[in-house]
Amino acid sequence: MSKKNTLLSLLFALTVLGLPPFLKNYGVYMFSTWLIYVIATMGLNLTVGYAGQKSLGHAAFFGIGAYTVAIMMKAGMSWWLGLPAAIGLCFVFGILLGFPALRVQTIYLAFATLGFNTAVFLVMRNEEWLTGGTFGINGIPRPEIFGFDLKGGLAYYYFVLAVAAILSALMWGLLKSPWGKAFQALRDNPIRAESLGIDTRNYTLLSFAIGAAYAGVAGALFASLVDFIEPAPFAVSASIMMYLMVVVGGSGYFLGPLVGALVGMVVPEWIRDVFPALANWYLPIFGLTVISMMVWLPDGLMSIPDRIRAKRDSKAASVRRAEAKSEMAAVIGEQR
Amino acid sequence: MIAPILKVQGLKKAYGAIQAVGGVSFEVMPGEIFGVIGPNGSGKTTLFNSMLGQIQPDAGTIELKGKDVSKCGPLALSRLGVGRTFQTLQVFGKMTVRDNLIVAAQEHQGTMLGRIFAPSDSGLGDRADALIRRFRIEHVAHLKAGNLSYGQQKLVDIAMAFMAEPDLVLLDEPCAGVNPSLVGGISTLLKDLNQNPHSGKKSSFVVIEHNMDFVMDICHRIMVMVEGQVLAIGSPAEIRGNKAVLEAYLGA
Repeated sequence: MSKKNTLLSLLFALTVLGLPPFLKNYGVYMFSTWLIYVIATMGLNLTVGYAGQKSLGHAAFFGIGAYTVAIMMKAGMSWWLGLPAAIGLCFVFGILLGFPALRVQTIYLAFATLGFNTAVFLVMRNEEWLTGGTFGINGIPRPEIFGFDLKGGLAYYYFVLAVAAILSALMWGLLKSPWGKAFQALRDNPIRAESLGIDTRNYTLLSFAIGAAYAGVAGALFASLVDFIEPAPFAVSASIMMYLMVVVGGSGYFLGPLVGALVGMVVPEWIRDVFPALANWYLPIFGLTVISMMVWLPDGLMSIPDRIRAKRDSKAASVRRAEAKSEMAAVIGEQR
Repeated sequence: MIAPILKVQGLKKAYGAIQAVGGVSFEVMPGEIFGVIGPNGSGKTTLFNSMLGQIQPDAGTIELKGKDVSKCGPLALSRLGVGRTFQTLQVFGKMTVRDNLIVAAQEHQGTMLGRIFAPSDSGLGDRADALIRRFRIEHVAHLKAGNLSYGQQKLVDIAMAFMAEPDLVLLDEPCAGVNPSLVGGISTLLKDLNQNPHSGKKSSFVVIEHNMDFVMDICHRIMVMVEGQVLAIGSPAEIRGNKAVLEAYLGA
């Protein structure tokens, strides 16, 4: 790791560990929300950014995770029982949603996943006996860990941070393993991948399933954070927002979700809090920013260092070319 | 008698009323470089696609090492030891050249579950580096494949087909769009890979190519196809001297 990167990592660690105790309740709550969306979009980044499967149904998994935990806790079960159930359910639904991806790709896949999200949303809204309908489910408690109560905002934040750290480490390991290469091969060229013995079917399904499982964990954490859930945060518009977070952060960049969730989730809330007059303008500004980014920075914010490096390299290359050219001219001059 | 590595018998494929391949039979022997030539529309690509499991033939059998693989798809064929290149460039653009080579062979070892715990290069780093040296692409090994020139990508593409140490490599127009000096380079490389395989295991090649000098230079035997039928099979010298071939394809 370069000196600059070490410094940046240290600064980042100091911020997420040391800053929240000095924040008001709302600030701590925002930090927790941010990390929860980081976990969810990290999963989507695997599906979309690494494996290249255009999914617009990610919020459905986020919702399945949240409702699973909420319903189970309302039935008197522990959060720690709800979590594996949420993960397992999302994993299974992820595999199911992967099947259309074996037949259709790109925009058609986006439509298929959007349809899935709509269906899940309708279940949340209409099946009142199970989900409470538009009234939602309230009074979702926070879990305990080793006898520690996580009721306090700060304690729960550190819990979310620990989960996010563990899930990041797992994702890093997955992407560094041969699986990471197989996912990227699937994204870059599925036909070629198959001709090299890469089981594109399995990897497609798994990219959905693992991505969905991450959303499931995020949903479980979200339910206990907000203590009241209703269908709105899991609608199609939320899926589109999550997709934007991945793209704005940098699709296929490991740290993309950190930045994407910050820009898509925390910044608008912060503006609403600090500059309320500007709040109504945030979405239009965000929209325009995304449009201009798609034109000038299609690979997202995390691609900026890569771009700078590429520019420097090509500058160095053209300097070398110019030198070689003038040397060549001198040699030819001598020969004459 | 040595058994053929590839045996195609009575292969037929029609698209509607058009008989693209109308009963083609041939054998490829171990270590052989077998060329397939013919004018456009003679059925070469349809033949190739059937051999690679991309399309299902209407009739006929394809045997690989004595095993019927007529029903196998591209994935199964790759696992059975068939490597291939495509007519158009097919590298993984956002991955480095070295990773392109590693991913080209990683699925041929261990189980899928085991690979999640395997080292990042699946233990294939040395093999990839050796092939990179052999193809003389060391200077671009750590660049993203999509950023290379067409000729360099073509070399990466061919190297990928050899990474898994296949028994049979199908090369679909390896010289298409390549400048003349690189054509020479590719023919030298392919001859060398055929004579001195990096794994010590000899592989056979089937090559489709329009560049006659190249085909005559590297192939041991050549099959000429015209309108879905085999016009002639023979050594380069025989094909050059075959009157029917001259009339139908090579021209006067």
